[in-house]
Amino acid sequence: MKLITAVVKPFRLEDVRNALAEVGVQGMTVTEVKGFGRQRGHTELYRGAEYVVDFLPKVKIDVAVTDELAERVVEAIIEAAKTGKVGDGKIFVSNLDQVYRIRTGETGDQAI
Amino acid sequence: MKNSGKLLSVSLAGLALPALAEAQTIDSGDTAWLMTATALVLFMTLPGLALFYGGLVRSKNVLSVLMQCFAICCVISILWLVVGYSMAFSDTAAAGLVGNLSKAFLAGVGVDTASGSIPESVFVMFQLTFAIITPALIVGGFAERMRFSAMLLFSVGWAIVVYFPVAHWVWAADGWLLERGFRDFAGGAVVHVNAGVGALVAALVLRNRRGFPDEAMPPHNLTMTVAGASMLWVGWFGFNGGSALVSGGAAGMAILVTHISAAAGSLAWMGMEWARFGKPSVLGIVTGMVAGLGTITPASGFVGPVGALIIGLSAGVVCFLATQFIKRKLKIDDSLDVFPVHGVGGFLGLLLTAVFSVWAGGVVPFADDQTMGGQFLVQLTGAVATVAWCAIGTFVVLKLIGFVVPLRVDEDDERQGLDLAQHEERGYIL
Repeated sequence: MKLITAVVKPFRLEDVRNALAEVGVQGMTVTEVKGFGRQRGHTELYRGAEYVVDFLPKVKIDVAVTDELAERVVEAIIEAAKTGKVGDGKIFVSNLDQVYRIRTGETGDQAI
Repeated sequence: MKNSGKLLSVSLAGLALPALAEAQTIDSGDTAWLMTATALVLFMTLPGLALFYGGLVRSKNVLSVLMQCFAICCVISILWLVVGYSMAFSDTAAAGLVGNLSKAFLAGVGVDTASGSIPESVFVMFQLTFAIITPALIVGGFAERMRFSAMLLFSVGWAIVVYFPVAHWVWAADGWLLERGFRDFAGGAVVHVNAGVGALVAALVLRNRRGFPDEAMPPHNLTMTVAGASMLWVGWFGFNGGSALVSGGAAGMAILVTHISAAAGSLAWMGMEWARFGKPSVLGIVTGMVAGLGTITPASGFVGPVGALIIGLSAGVVCFLATQFIKRKLKIDDSLDVFPVHGVGGFLGLLLTAVFSVWAGGVVPFADDQTMGGQFLVQLTGAVATVAWCAIGTFVVLKLIGFVVPLRVDEDDERQGLDLAQHEERGYIL
């Protein structure tokens, strides 16, 4: 099993969500985050006091998938989230040791 | 009523007169207006100024600002009853410098006691709203770091040492500045220069906020600030219009010129920002509005609409430059820019009062033996005297209080935010 974590631009969230549904992903966890990679921040000015704001708002999507589905899920996310401009984000794929469904106690692929 | 030339022109401008011995007919129109104006000016503090300042600080300190404004209103109100009104408006105890205690606890102020054509109770209340807003303005100078207990003591001490005497100089019948023909219609010296200098001295004594100027401390809620600013604009009609102390042309013209100066100041500041930084900002336009309003305050009973336009434009430009100087060049943490906006604006307005009482359609001429140059000197004298007395008084009061309780919160509390540290409350539980 794999945990796929994607950090994407906030306005792409709906597109990514729809793309995931299309490849068969049932659920996901979404968090609002801040961050930057190569994308520049912006400046704000208040009565002459200037602030450089490095952190940009992003959205983090976590999905747990079976090994078989992982590659298609990554492709789907990339296609849905990409704008071609700097700041599109990153996808991290890590191994999941175990998954549990709390209500039923199911584990492994049954729980995804 | 004595009719010396000076006193006549003064009474035409509707400046404060103490309750007179002869029976005065209470005019219900004047009274109705003054009661309305009183409500408008109190509204400027609660919630106008509270919201204006509240939005400008970081979210962890929003309640502390609201609390300070509220508490100042309460404390000053009681103080006014006990000694404040008497010190400001009774007959002089000492050479026109401060009143005596003959009206302590508002002795002699009854239901039917008159002050000019309004009940004295209304005059007491109206003037109280000015005594409230002035120390509330100073909050901007020490925001986000002053200990609440110290702030309460400071407000009381400052009102006694600075506000009540200066109000007496300018508005009591035997005040030494009024006797020289000093023109401060609604508080350029008493409110704005006092608040500005008080804030500057407090900012210097308390020193900068931790992290200033390197750490980002942007306003947490400008929508709140704009709401508060809007209330200030509307409320100022009571501030300046009510200072006519009668309902009629004098009040009407004061409101008109006030409004024009607000609009002009807003546009001037916005223009300065647009030119200097490339974009007009909402914080800039409302700050320009405050500058325009503060600067017209002393002049509002004496100048005409075109004079007000020039005053407003000057205020926007001068106060903008002053703010940049204090903030960026001197790096003094007068957190909410009280000195460059109110202090500099009030001072400028006092001087321009002399000019535009005559030029561009001034509405109240000088007494026969007075020239513009002479009046300018009188204005300068009063402005400088206010600056000097306020600076010394503020410093002394702060230092004395510092012996009793630390003025600042400690570092951990400052980092955590005053709302939690001083009040154990959070402004937003989202």
